[in-house]
Amino acid sequence: MPVPDVSERLSGAINEVTIGATEEQGGSRTRTVTIGGETSFPMLSFEGRYPHPPAFALQITAADVDDWHAEAKKHVADVAGDLEKWAGKCEEWGADLICLDLAAAHPDSGGRSPEQCADDVKRVLGASGLPLVVWGTDTDEVDNNILPKCTQAAAGENCLFGTAKELNYRTLAASCLADSHKIIAEAPSDINLSKQLHILLKDVGVNLQDIIMHPTTGALGFGMVYIYTTIERGRIAGLSGDTLMQQPVVVNIGKEIGRVKEAVSPEEESPQWGKVQVRAPLWEAATAVGYVEAGAELLVLRNPEALQQAKTALEALWPKPPESA
Amino acid sequence: MAVTGLDIYKLLPQTNCADCGVPTCLAFAMKVAAKQAALDDCPHVSEESKEALGTASQPPQKLVTIGSGDSALKIGNETVMFRHEEKFHHPCGIAVLVNDTDDLDAKAAAIKNLFLERMGQNIGVDVVAVRCGSGDGQKLKDAAMKMQAALNLPMVLIAESADKLQAAAEGLAEARPLLWERNGPSDALVELGARTGLPIVVEGDLDKCDGDVQKARQAGIEEMVLCPGEVTPRGALQFLTMSRRAALKRTYRPLGYPVLAYAWSQDPVQLSLEACHYVLKYGSIVVLDEDRPEYVLPVLVARQSVYVDPQVPVQVEAKVHEINEPHDKSPLLVTTNFSLTYYCVLGEVEASRVPTRILTVDTEGTSVLTAWAADKFGPEQIKEAIEKSGVFDQLAEGYQKPVIPGLVAVISGELSEELGRKVIVGPREAGGIRRFFNSEWPTLVGS
Ligand code: B12
Ligand code: SF4
Repeated sequence: MPVPDVSERLSGAINEVTIGATEEQGGSRTRTVTIGGETSFPMLSFEGRYPHPPAFALQITAADVDDWHAEAKKHVADVAGDLEKWAGKCEEWGADLICLDLAAAHPDSGGRSPEQCADDVKRVLGASGLPLVVWGTDTDEVDNNILPKCTQAAAGENCLFGTAKELNYRTLAASCLADSHKIIAEAPSDINLSKQLHILLKDVGVNLQDIIMHPTTGALGFGMVYIYTTIERGRIAGLSGDTLMQQPVVVNIGKEIGRVKEAVSPEEESPQWGKVQVRAPLWEAATAVGYVEAGAELLVLRNPEALQQAKTALEALWPKPPESA
Repeated sequence: MAVTGLDIYKLLPQTNCADCGVPTCLAFAMKVAAKQAALDDCPHVSEESKEALGTASQPPQKLVTIGSGDSALKIGNETVMFRHEEKFHHPCGIAVLVNDTDDLDAKAAAIKNLFLERMGQNIGVDVVAVRCGSGDGQKLKDAAMKMQAALNLPMVLIAESADKLQAAAEGLAEARPLLWERNGPSDALVELGARTGLPIVVEGDLDKCDGDVQKARQAGIEEMVLCPGEVTPRGALQFLTMSRRAALKRTYRPLGYPVLAYAWSQDPVQLSLEACHYVLKYGSIVVLDEDRPEYVLPVLVARQSVYVDPQVPVQVEAKVHEINEPHDKSPLLVTTNFSLTYYCVLGEVEASRVPTRILTVDTEGTSVLTAWAADKFGPEQIKEAIEKSGVFDQLAEGYQKPVIPGLVAVISGELSEELGRKVIVGPREAGGIRRFFNSEWPTLVGS
């Protein structure tokens, strides 16, 4: 009896989404990044398409990095406080995109004004040719104040802006539409909430093909597995043909790592766990690889070492497109 | 045709003796029908019944036992490709490689160091893989004996050829090691496995495994573990996915065995990531040539995470937990009954050595913010839990001030009103508790 052929042909495909616009496309990026387009479960290219490798963004911020854990902070110590320098570094470190985190606009973190935030966006775009992700503050009023100015400042650059939530999507949706950006739809760990949000966005005119979804993020051993399963379930639905679940997935990992004791507790306190300079980046990379395994295709990290590690690991997994094709 | 629970029930003794670990024959029959138990688990079932049901009653992926006694590892018997479809049943073994040429005492000590506890569970390395690096079967046996005495863990014995496994297999047969002849099994290994009754590894691509499993089965070997051999992570993923699908979706018996995945990467970081990946995607034993905790820890945590039953909340009892013998002037921390949350807080409290009470509110096993967002950790629920516990009666005036997690600072006003007492907002992360006990807390209580 021959081994049965158990390859699976799925009826759906994940949307292919491009972030960034080059000069010909009306922007000023030196390259663009495309994610999605799969017709198979993660990395199973022997039975379907997995056309683009997962993309990595490094996070930068105008906010204080005092609360970053030491192992991430040591890499950015020289550039924190100087967004332009920092953005340039990200390119050197091998990031595919830059993720500007607007935490500094929050009243608790300095309350940067909308104009200052817009200027931050402009300066980052000027300092690096990488495509840009802009991440809001998680506080509705603040986001509604700053994000429209930021989308405007980046008009033509085809950035990815987030996050739109069930109770706060209109302002961001309108400004992404006006300035032609992609949008992150955030629905905590629940595919039905996610679908509902996509319908709401569609109703105000957002193209389903312009959405990246964020199911929220927990680190390995710190909530990751719940989100991992949420992503897997969504991916099964999407690949089975549900157009409301065919959006690529982003997870924002870097900022979760500092919460995990196993990852960041210093050796003096936890000698049983070994070297912290190994643990911290490895934890971030392991979390990233785990999420890719579930279906995520855009990963936001903080630690450039983790980025290198995760990329190398995924190269051993990511199948080059078949030669004959 | 699928066999129903009733078909199976008719073939059972129907005495409801519960020796199978299930209260009734009918319940047991249902489990067999759902492929969650094997007919053999009933010690009283007749030979005729067994034959009548034949292989139809066997679970699609064989349960394989490695090792013996309390530390035995049971792997396989998985039923789904994705954990939400049911759950992953048998946590994979995580094995550290030892060469018989290594400093064995040092290796044993390093592996002992990897018995870790997390969230109230032992998550440590639970298998030792001993390899015949010397090329001398006697040496392998000595090394395996030594590891067995030092660690008492299930073992995988690895050698280039069956003859080098023989001495160790025979000497340690009672400890039920898994025999891995590289690129095997040769006829000699099949013979050794059949004679000793030990489980063996079948290595190669799917076609080779298919043929070799059938050959070994004919020789009388029942327990086997497949292995894709020295392939890239990409190749291993394909093997792991396809063999599991063939077993679970097509009940293809020759591939219905657990799989051993070896992390071949040279660089320790890459090795660790490769191993994490095998833990998530279908490895049943993951072997690492690495024993430093910083590289092994993420692999252990990945296993602990993915084998959690997604249908059952991971929770601790909702009550007042007394740590370090608290007295009437000890702090009262309020948190949720999600295990992860509770153990994070507990760890910090224990490390602080400050006598403390921790009140775990019943949030159905959800984290602080998840519970708050789902209305399970608001002022009302906390107030009710405090009152029900009677914890204030154990506290002196001025100390009846619950400390709430910093993440839910917004509820402090309302909670304080409900309780008619001051509420203290603690740090946002458990990691801040020690500093908080030393600096802020003393200034906030006592009056
Ligand atoms: C995993 C997860 C889930 C899992 C739940 C797992 C579980 N058992 O709790 C699932 C998928 C089920 C889930 C569901 C939901 N979730 Co959820 N989830 C998460 C996630 C990713 C991680 C949570 C986690 O495990 N944290 C780890 C634990 C250990 O943290 P913790 O409990 O806060 O404890 C720490 C501290 O608070 C502190 N601490 C704890 N106790 C105490 C006590 C004292 C005295 C002190 C000083 C400190 C302290 O110590 C701990 C370690 O530092 C977070 C996002 C994130 N990254 O945090 C969202 C998150 C918590 N979820 C959220 C939401 C909204 C939900 C839902 C309500 C969504 C929905 N409508 O369906 C549902 C609710 C489901 C329900 N009905 O119960 C939101 C909450 C938003 C908010 N700010 O209120 C979050 C923040 C995501 C987001 N950004 O939107 N979720
Ligand atoms: S052990 Fe056999 S006879 Fe006893 S309850 Fe279970 S199935 Fe019935």
